[in-house]
Amino acid sequence: MKVAIFPSCIVDTVFPEAGAAAIRLLERLGLDIDFPLEQTCCGQMHLNTGYETRAKKLAARHLTNFTPYDWVVGISTSCTTAVREFYPQLLGPTRAAVGGTGKFIELSEFLLDVLGVTELQGTFAKKVTFHTSCHSLRGIHLGDRPQRLLGMLSGIQLVPLPKSDSCCGFGGTFSIKNSAISTVMMEEKLANVYWTGAEVLTAADSSCLMNLSGGIQAAKKPLTVMHYAEILEIATRQTQGKLSNFSGAK
Amino acid sequence: MSTDSGRPEGPNEGIPRANTWLLRTEHRDQQRSPVSFKSRSTREIRNLQMRKNISHATSTIREKRKKVVSEVENWEELRTRAAQIKQHTLSNLDFYLEEYERNVTEAGGQVHWARDATEARQIALELVRESGAQSVIKVKSMVTEEIGLNDFLVENGIEPTETDLAELICQLAGDESSHILVPAIHRNRVEIRDIFEATFAKKGTLEAEPSKIAEAARQHLREKFLESKVAITGGNFLVAETGSVAIVESEGNGRMCLTLPNNVISIVGIEKLIPTMEDLEVFLTLLPRSSTGERMNPYTTIWTGRPPAQLELGKETPFNEKSYHIILLDNGRTRVLSDEIGKQALSCIRCSACLNVCPVYERVGGHSYESVYPGPIGAILTPQLVGDPLAGELAFASTLCGACYEVCPVKINIPEILIHLRSIHSDHKRDTVLGNIERGSFGVVGIVMGNTNLFNIATASVSRILKYGGPVLNRVGKYLPPINGWIESRTLPAAPKETLRDAYRKGTLDALLKK
Repeated sequence: MKVAIFPSCIVDTVFPEAGAAAIRLLERLGLDIDFPLEQTCCGQMHLNTGYETRAKKLAARHLTNFTPYDWVVGISTSCTTAVREFYPQLLGPTRAAVGGTGKFIELSEFLLDVLGVTELQGTFAKKVTFHTSCHSLRGIHLGDRPQRLLGMLSGIQLVPLPKSDSCCGFGGTFSIKNSAISTVMMEEKLANVYWTGAEVLTAADSSCLMNLSGGIQAAKKPLTVMHYAEILEIATRQTQGKLSNFSGAK
Repeated sequence: MSTDSGRPEGPNEGIPRANTWLLRTEHRDQQRSPVSFKSRSTREIRNLQMRKNISHATSTIREKRKKVVSEVENWEELRTRAAQIKQHTLSNLDFYLEEYERNVTEAGGQVHWARDATEARQIALELVRESGAQSVIKVKSMVTEEIGLNDFLVENGIEPTETDLAELICQLAGDESSHILVPAIHRNRVEIRDIFEATFAKKGTLEAEPSKIAEAARQHLREKFLESKVAITGGNFLVAETGSVAIVESEGNGRMCLTLPNNVISIVGIEKLIPTMEDLEVFLTLLPRSSTGERMNPYTTIWTGRPPAQLELGKETPFNEKSYHIILLDNGRTRVLSDEIGKQALSCIRCSACLNVCPVYERVGGHSYESVYPGPIGAILTPQLVGDPLAGELAFASTLCGACYEVCPVKINIPEILIHLRSIHSDHKRDTVLGNIERGSFGVVGIVMGNTNLFNIATASVSRILKYGGPVLNRVGKYLPPINGWIESRTLPAAPKETLRDAYRKGTLDALLKK
């Protein structure tokens, strides 16, 4: 099984720790993970901002870069949504399918549905709240997969986030073009986050987290923000012996 | 309910040709102010009372909707079926329009064709004048707002009275409606009491209680119902096989308008057609649950042609001749039909579920859109109907969160259409300096992102900018467009040790991991 990681531009450039965590976690489960260095951007930003022609070129290029792989594991739900849900419209359904959009998969789907992970030996003794990003919920329909993975850790206290399914206000260039609305949405989201009393805010999408952590830092609140892949990686770092019921599929 | 598609295939498969009665369009929203959605919404969002009113109302309807939708086991199947019926009808619109016209005419009604707002208004005015009436009563209708009918009637000496409670409130207050289903959603009960007291009710006589307010409106409207010769309606559905119009409402005012005056004029967009009565069943299950969160709609009136004249007991000649006219309106709809992606918007049944779940609408209210159709559906319908670059900006009034698509009872893929319209709008950006700057920047970024070497340099540069420039930008960025919108409420992310690609290449991934 040849597996590549598709971390997204934001992770690659600004939050590399999330990408590194995902790679190490998958390696601990006995897989070889490639980071194809030709990968650049999936074209989501151009597509969402109305530059379809440019997006089309980036999309075609993106698919070519992952040709040799069986699975392309994403850790950014909006980018995986762009490939899986929007490429068929952008490139045409046939070209998208032949190009391999079907092998793009999100980390939690990969762990639970492909590897069949049902247990994880690890500890994370913190109070954590999970923001359900729009694209995880309504784009690629992750459901509660990331939370199920987090729930396998011992010591973790997962506190439900009120109105978790409402948008954080990022929306890519929306946050710049309509910054006043974006700010109000972000502040209301954060008010709910603070209300939970969680020490850690997590999500399956670093772009939402960039938005929310920007707000948290500006408000000078003592809250740690990290991708859920980082939590899984930290929790399993010291595990001796068997990490999971899945132990490699080389 | 049948799921087969045993329907007549239209004689001209596909899209009706645009050579008959389309070419011009006129729309109230063509008089949009040059003020952008951004400035209007930035102003509206500071109106905390409005936000509180809308947030309260939409969250109540949202919860009700969720509950009653979960009771229907085959909800998804019904949505799919509704989308299929609409797509089938729209693809064979010429066939069904002719069938509809035939059946209305057979039932004694008269069909008028209006290619744009001007024609529709003129036909309506002439019909009102023929009846000799000085005033008309109206059933709540989006399409009469779209063509600006009320103002036009007033200019021509005819007094229109809205009989839907919320429309009446808007009419009395001089407000534009701010929601498709609940036009006065931006007002609370105290404000409504004050509006009534400032108009038809005596000052100091009304309590700000919903039942008291509704009672005052009933008294006020009852006289209008009894004295009016003409009613003007919209229509939720047109049934081709019978020539019927179906009107769905909650207050009984619609039924009064259809039954009390002798002359009824319906003005309906051509996209409201469905083939059969059986199809109506699908929509009457989906619509109330999606819009008001009710299992069944309180008043559903189905009307076919001219009703029989009433005879006085023992006499041969009728004492009140009735008339029924229907004006079928294009006003841009056939043009929308020619856009393969955009035409989905014509399936809309105006339930407003998309407004009620939209996080943007909830914060900025309906007035920010400056559009008869606000919220997500307005953002895809108005730019297409109006065909004006100014309206195209509405397609950007969304984070593409997808909540609208999830609840749409006819499965309109709103995010897909928004993205499509953004792409059309970006072509218009050649007309402005800022637009050209944006186009240019995205062009350059696109080239960089499409080349691995350039991308490597760019990502490393971003890290360096964040490292050395981040602290400064966080302080002075609020004066620097376009990042000022970000910096006003957020900091820039901290600089990483190195990019993921560099760490992977050098084998230093572990140094990136959090402690």
